[in-house]
Amino acid sequence: MTAPLLSLSGVSRSFGALTAVDDVTLDVPPGARHALIGPNGAGKSTLFKLVTGSMRVSAGTVALAGDDVTRLPEPQRARRGISQTLQHSSLFLGQTVEQNVLLAAQRQYRSRHSLVPRRQAAARARARELLTDVGLAARAGTPVAALSHGERRQLEVAVALACEPRLLLLDEPAAGMSPAESARLVALLQALPESVTVVIVEHDLDVVFALATSVTVLHLGRVLLTGSPDEVRASAAVQEAYLGTGRGALFLDGTGPAHLEVS
Amino acid sequence: MSVESPPVVSTADGAPDTTATPWRRNRRLTVVLGLVLLAVLAVVPLFVDPFGTNTVSRMLVFALFAMSLDLLVGLTGLPSLGHAAWFGIGAYTAGLVAIHWSAEGLVTVLAAAVAGAVAAAATGWLAVRSGGVFFLMLTLAIGELVHQLAQSLSSVTGGSNGLFGIPSIRIAGTPLTLAGYVYWFVLAVVLLGALALWLVASSPFGGVLRGIRDNEARMRSLGYSPFRYKYAAFAIAGGFAGLAGGLFAGLVRIVNPSDTGFTTSALLLLAVVLGGAGTLWGPALGAALVVLVRDTFGPTLDGHGPLLLGLVFIAAVYVLPRGFAGLAGLRRRRTPRSPA
Repeated sequence: MTAPLLSLSGVSRSFGALTAVDDVTLDVPPGARHALIGPNGAGKSTLFKLVTGSMRVSAGTVALAGDDVTRLPEPQRARRGISQTLQHSSLFLGQTVEQNVLLAAQRQYRSRHSLVPRRQAAARARARELLTDVGLAARAGTPVAALSHGERRQLEVAVALACEPRLLLLDEPAAGMSPAESARLVALLQALPESVTVVIVEHDLDVVFALATSVTVLHLGRVLLTGSPDEVRASAAVQEAYLGTGRGALFLDGTGPAHLEVS
Repeated sequence: MSVESPPVVSTADGAPDTTATPWRRNRRLTVVLGLVLLAVLAVVPLFVDPFGTNTVSRMLVFALFAMSLDLLVGLTGLPSLGHAAWFGIGAYTAGLVAIHWSAEGLVTVLAAAVAGAVAAAATGWLAVRSGGVFFLMLTLAIGELVHQLAQSLSSVTGGSNGLFGIPSIRIAGTPLTLAGYVYWFVLAVVLLGALALWLVASSPFGGVLRGIRDNEARMRSLGYSPFRYKYAAFAIAGGFAGLAGGLFAGLVRIVNPSDTGFTTSALLLLAVVLGGAGTLWGPALGAALVVLVRDTFGPTLDGHGPLLLGLVFIAAVYVLPRGFAGLAGLRRRRTPRSPA
């Protein structure tokens, strides 16, 4: 097996007496489609922040492709290929849709320091391509402030992809999207090349099970279970933590190993 | 007003067009307006008396000065209250170079720009690490420090008497004695400076500065180190303020400590807000108005110039909350920002 792209070992983060992320050890192999699920407050978003570097770990190490990046500040980690979408849209509101994607794209093309706008042609072309992919091509010239919530989520994804990431962290990308929009998102993410490793936090389990090849369940900051989607569906402990007892039936959408447990 | 204003329909097929179409139409208007303004500015000395020409020269200098501040305030989102420090350092440098070394126009002006940039780079290292009110206070402190130095180093700067006896600007060895020639020199340098600032603002670098202004945390997660960009913007703004200061010294041929002080900084910040921060041309217009009110109408009002300025400012805040640039925005609401 190849070295994991993302490797967390013993990662913890506490806020005073509260330990939001508690001794999480997790390996994500290259090309994986890994989902993080867990009830609210399980520490999923905090774990993402520890990976991107916007928050410091209290203990443990974060390694990207074998290199320890625990001490690196956020921009440097981003330059090594970590990109993310945030749970609450974080965009440049006063600027146009295209300009938002361009800010992320121009870093990849050596046009960042050029004073001549024309040199940005390559970055512009890439930005437009991404906007077409997420379905915002017609809105390129619109200020972000005028976008709907769903459109902003789509733009988030385009901005994150414009970084040409090795590791893409998606924090509830489908939240607030219509079913059609989230179906489009799933198709887009499924079409991503193997060179992009995806870790996704999502409450919409349809999205999770459509995408993920492996799932980690977090509960109260700890890893409850890591396994294949089927294993996770089957686990009684997961159902208890995630949904509470007696609501396990919500997991059962047809045949599956879960049936075995009920019968 | 609206001879040709079809609603901006975004065509679904051609993504490039959706951004280019409103731009191109506005661009034609912008170019025409710009050319008319240029033509008018170019012939000012032929039709206006020397005193008036001198006033317009000062308006131009302050326009460049305000544009340099706009790079910080409007583009990067760093409101500075000490920007006159770089202007003053540039003015003193140009004056001293002219007195002691060479009055060659380009030499004095370039020396002033370099001095402004170096001084800003030396202090920006500290100032740019803060933000918001702290940045305001730090830049205020730096400005006052420079002001105090200008006053106390009287052997170099002439102290509170000011640095006087600055020789007139020379071009290729010939002194420019007529107000008209000085004006044309100022106009040429201001236009070049404005063009350079516009290039900076519309470059990818300028885009990064706007990104930092709008959402610094997100820029970090996109892989940018905001500190470097803010620091560079601070130094560049200092350089252009120094350039304006150098022109000022050659124009009025006396530099006072007050030119580096709080009053000048505050007046300039007012000009930027009045004109509409973040547009470059708005602050240039704002500065021209401020100079006009202060220098031309002010003296005829028994020293109540600042009062008039205050009234203009209050009126502007109520009527034009986004400055003069907001007026243009009313006409083309679809293009939120056009850097011209």
